[in-house]
Amino acid sequence: MHKATFEQRPQRVALFVTCMVDMLYPGVGIATCELLEKNGVEVVFPEEQTCCGQPAFNAGYRDEARKLARRFLSIFGPLVESGEVDAVVAPSGSCATMTSHFFEAIFQESKELDLSHQAERLASVTFELTEFLVDVLGLVDTGAHLQGKAVYHPCCHLYRELGVDEQPRKLLDSVEGLEMVDLPHAQDCCGFGGLFAIKNSGISAAMGRAKARSAQQSGADAIVLCDVSCMTHINGILSREGVSCRAHHIAEVLNDHLGSSLTTPSTPPPAQADHPRRWGE
Amino acid sequence: MQVDFHAPYKDRVRQALSDPNLRSAVSRATDRMSDARHTSMDSIEGQKLRTQVRQMKEHVLRNWPEYLEQLETNLTSNGCTVHWAEGIEDAQAIVKDIALQNSAKLIVKSKSMATEEIHLNHAMEEAGLRVVETDLGEYIIQLADEPPSHIVAPVIHKRLEEIAEVFQEKLDMPPTREPTKMTSLARARLRQEFFAATMGISGCNFAIAETGTICIVTNEGNGRMVSSMPRVYVAVMGIEKLVPTVEDAYLQLQALCRSATGQNLTVYCSMTSGPRQEGDVDGPEQVHVVLLDNGRSRMFARGYGEALMCIRCGACLNACPVYQEIGGHAYGSTYNGPIGAVITPALAPEIGQFKELPHATSLCGACREVCPVKIDLPRLLLDLRSDLVQQGVSPKSEAWGIKSYASLMSSRRTYESLGKMASIGSNVYAGLSGGNIKFMPPPLNGWTAYRDFAPFAPKSFRHWWRQRKKLRGQT
Repeated sequence: MHKATFEQRPQRVALFVTCMVDMLYPGVGIATCELLEKNGVEVVFPEEQTCCGQPAFNAGYRDEARKLARRFLSIFGPLVESGEVDAVVAPSGSCATMTSHFFEAIFQESKELDLSHQAERLASVTFELTEFLVDVLGLVDTGAHLQGKAVYHPCCHLYRELGVDEQPRKLLDSVEGLEMVDLPHAQDCCGFGGLFAIKNSGISAAMGRAKARSAQQSGADAIVLCDVSCMTHINGILSREGVSCRAHHIAEVLNDHLGSSLTTPSTPPPAQADHPRRWGE
Repeated sequence: MQVDFHAPYKDRVRQALSDPNLRSAVSRATDRMSDARHTSMDSIEGQKLRTQVRQMKEHVLRNWPEYLEQLETNLTSNGCTVHWAEGIEDAQAIVKDIALQNSAKLIVKSKSMATEEIHLNHAMEEAGLRVVETDLGEYIIQLADEPPSHIVAPVIHKRLEEIAEVFQEKLDMPPTREPTKMTSLARARLRQEFFAATMGISGCNFAIAETGTICIVTNEGNGRMVSSMPRVYVAVMGIEKLVPTVEDAYLQLQALCRSATGQNLTVYCSMTSGPRQEGDVDGPEQVHVVLLDNGRSRMFARGYGEALMCIRCGACLNACPVYQEIGGHAYGSTYNGPIGAVITPALAPEIGQFKELPHATSLCGACREVCPVKIDLPRLLLDLRSDLVQQGVSPKSEAWGIKSYASLMSSRRTYESLGKMASIGSNVYAGLSGGNIKFMPPPLNGWTAYRDFAPFAPKSFRHWWRQRKKLRGQT
């Protein structure tokens, strides 16, 4: 994937918040927004956005995926092409993969070459959050503090499709007080896989339990990752299995949303890893 | 509990998942092979090798008919007899005829996936012939009357204890758990079979078009004996298993051995360019090569030609977290793991005959990362899912669900109202069940069968965004 290089530091970005973050984990969206703003980037949130269509694409429904992809391009395309924003940023490797890799492919398939080219142009300025922070803004330390021990789980789309791995690790390494330890079999999929988690729920859950065992072996208080879909799956398993460790989205770690310490509370928290404390503001 | 190969997909998966021994046996072995592969590929310029093999296989596919003709010409001029088999019945009949013409009673076989694909043993036994598998793993599963569960390690699903039980029962072996004793017993038995057999059958790891040479790689030497000791030697090869030149054969051999078992080279690489010539001290009197299509040209025409570059190393199985959980038998097909999930439906007369397989993957991409030919397996699986939808094979309820979702998500208003409703509903429900949702109605019960679900957030991100805008006096 050809990524644009910026001669000047980007001033404004459009936030592709993703539907799951919007509806299930607004704290992740808020943290993303604040991280960008703290680092001098103005955030625009196109309110027309809904879902990128990945569930339809994943299940094999290309016409329905194209319907939502067309809609997405009509919202984000003009913002980029008019120069109103310099880039599109998403707190998700998976949804960023959908819009930056698969859109182009599905419009090539339907021979809608204008749309495929538009998708290609959009893809060159679409970034996953940590990729944007490190590769584009040159950030290494977000100034976050958090006491505890954590592992990083590389989500499959982020790691294998986008090739983003060093960036989140770098950012986590510089969180003060946070000890990053190795996750055994870190690159093994957690078993989410979209519709796979429903269609093949037994296999998916077995993979999730393997991930939970690895996390327990590592002795970590928390799993940090860059996708809320995998986070939902992993936390659902951890909660059901009665394991106190929880998965957290990296934006919340980097923006100090998790309080001062990861140390396990006496009763396991609910499956939700979202902390709506920011709502007091 | 053993996996019943012929049970419906869901039952096979359930049986596999409820067998803790299966997972430990499979994951231990696949981890070992994956580590070995990694070390072996890292010790050379592994990425360069992958690129070279990929380019070579692409070239073969672009010139497929020409290379097949060249191979046929050279095999024939070397004194081999070439047979073309379109499907399973043709292939079975060809091999059966060769056996009957030569009055063969006993046939020794070297490990071969192509012959598994055409259920050759079964057909030969029905014709009254005795077939003995001579690869140790294949020998064990033949005794146990099971199909192989891995492309290169057919008995990967069995622990030592289970193999010992099979030997005790079928070979009257005195009780022992010592692998060397068990192997010696098998070796002694097989040696007799090699001497007595009239005919040997093998697959073909690759054939060299420019020289008309059949190559098989083994670690036990059984392939060498199968191809040289009996009077008649038959090689069954898929028509895609071609390399143009001897140099290309060297490339593929490296990629195959390193990716399959992590060996720089297997212990044996047996190359047969024709029957015994005058003055030769050994070798078969007849060499037959069966060129098997069995759906391969159909697969190419369907747009899955990329998967015809597969060299059957099994690296994708070893890397696959799904395969590690369920093993090979749960796939219910000759080829399993990620490559099996692609080629089984793609080779079949109707893709829908194996409609579950393209969904038996989380699309994590670990397979593509290790494939020596860089086959984009996740994309092929996605394409198969799309073909299943196009052909109307997918469940009606699913189609309805996805179509409704796409319509609802096409309007911001609907999306926001649904979000609000889901938030209120899920929070009330979660409140009643102690903070988390532990049961959801079908089809979402698949989720809550194994995992909790947190309720939707009380207020969405976009709500926060609007509030903040209002507070800042923006419009």
